[in-house]
Amino acid sequence: MSDLTRLTAVETAAAIAAGETSAVEVARAHLNRIGAVDGDLHAFLHVDEPGALAQAARVDAGELTGPLAGVPLALKDVICTRGIPTTVGSRILAGWRPPYDATVTARLKAAGVVILGKTNMDEFAMGSSTEHSAFGPTRNPWDPARIPGGSGGGSAAAVAAYEAPLAIGTDTGGSIRQPASVTGTVGVKPTYGGVSRYGLVAFSSSLDQAGPCARTVLDAALLHEIIAGHDPADSTSIDAPVPPVVAAARQADVTGLRIGVVKELTGEGYQAGVQERFAEAVALLTELGATVTEVSCPNFAYALPAYYLIAPSEASSNLARFDAVRYGLRVGDDGVNSLEQVMSLTRAEGFGAEVKRRIILGTYALSSGYYDAYYGQAQKVRTLISRDFTAAFDRVDALISPTTPTVAFRLGERMQDPVAMYASDLATIPANLYGGPAMSLPCGLSEGLPVGLQIMAPTMQDDRLYRIGAALEAAYTDRWGGPLLSLAPTLSIS
Amino acid sequence: MPEITREQVAHLARLSRLALDDTELDALVGELDVILTAVARVGEVAAADVPPTSHAVPLENVTRLDVVVASLSRDDVLAGAPAAEDGRFRVPRILDDEQ
Repeated sequence: MSDLTRLTAVETAAAIAAGETSAVEVARAHLNRIGAVDGDLHAFLHVDEPGALAQAARVDAGELTGPLAGVPLALKDVICTRGIPTTVGSRILAGWRPPYDATVTARLKAAGVVILGKTNMDEFAMGSSTEHSAFGPTRNPWDPARIPGGSGGGSAAAVAAYEAPLAIGTDTGGSIRQPASVTGTVGVKPTYGGVSRYGLVAFSSSLDQAGPCARTVLDAALLHEIIAGHDPADSTSIDAPVPPVVAAARQADVTGLRIGVVKELTGEGYQAGVQERFAEAVALLTELGATVTEVSCPNFAYALPAYYLIAPSEASSNLARFDAVRYGLRVGDDGVNSLEQVMSLTRAEGFGAEVKRRIILGTYALSSGYYDAYYGQAQKVRTLISRDFTAAFDRVDALISPTTPTVAFRLGERMQDPVAMYASDLATIPANLYGGPAMSLPCGLSEGLPVGLQIMAPTMQDDRLYRIGAALEAAYTDRWGGPLLSLAPTLSIS
Repeated sequence: MPEITREQVAHLARLSRLALDDTELDALVGELDVILTAVARVGEVAAADVPPTSHAVPLENVTRLDVVVASLSRDDVLAGAPAAEDGRFRVPRILDDEQ
């Protein structure tokens, strides 16, 4: 077979099922690719070669079957894997091996998916560039001097660089979609509660959601279907059938759909090149038979500040579990220091600057005297943002916007300016606050770098994203003469 | 609106169990002031009679059946602990000298 790393997940599974190649061969091809390029790219924090080959052998032996059996996948290092390091990009969990599998991990394994390893991320998923990883940044395969997005930059870069056809990310404020946007890949945040959070190391529990990263919309749909569905181990898991995402991706037809352009998520603050690609996407949707109108969601202007109160508040509470007692790092246990001193020394050494910043910010927003003005007010704004979505979805079937205001910025460019870094998530945050599903897919290039289009749908109507996304993808592929990634420069290996 | 002092940040660090050094404290004072000024914009929204949303899924309490199911083994759990002794987590002393 030709280069196995260039196949889509669908093509890979079909080739294995037809006996044209084996799962072990496919796994080896990807492990070799990782060996060749990841020294420069740094998408992976841990590669599990023995585990990947053992799982592939089980697929080849016919023990595991399914639509993605034998397909390799890169797993974000925030998802627990039994016996395999799970660091969340933090020194505080360096070397920790979870005693159990997350539900997402267990479902992937049962489906015969081959987990190649764990991908790099901003520490505790706090960031938009992976530069906040305690283990060094990941680079963008389109230009190694630029960020691959964050927090799931490792997962997106691995997919874009053909290290894996599939990856899992998690999205609290855009951590699947923004990396997809800047790497020219597809990323989906499912409806909150659609995918189990059991075994996902918590950042902001009311917002965190795991989802698929892929090179095509159909591949993302197949992965979505495997990881989604009710899980009694997660009390916020929705007990309802998984939306028919695969059927929708195969349908790929927008005829008669009403699509709204969010007025507040265009214009000022969005690069000219991003706006041009977005305008083309709007025109293309009309050509394909959709009705596109402008919709106003006035409270979206307050989504970013509301998010940067709610998420740090929840984080300050969630990260209290890192107490130097049950897992991870312990510093200063000299027989003299008290438990409280050991805790404080451990957390000071184990957490990086951004995590500390958010813990302090969240503690402030939740403290007596400030609670009403900050956290309480942010929760009210969250209600208003949800109402904006509900009102919009009375008029249209889905909303669209650019995924990110800019193309990939340069490594280091926003590290000294947290507020500029936070602005990367301007357009992605509203869907997290509302809880509905959202997708980013490539819609062209600006300055030679990928631009992403975001599609947002009502809660539990995840299939609409795939229907629209697949229709656009087919039209773009015709127009470009191939997928956007085929236009990427060959990864220069120094 | 926000004007955060070094003392406040030091207090928040203590509440958060973070032994920050002077350099970190100094940096945080300035950074938090900028961030708080940015996020204080939520106050511009008239929302006095709007109910807060804590969660995107409108679920009430979820309970499971009161049936014993398998759980993690003690050894598996303690294997990840920084220190264990006699089948338990070992912790540093929890009382101050004078107590």
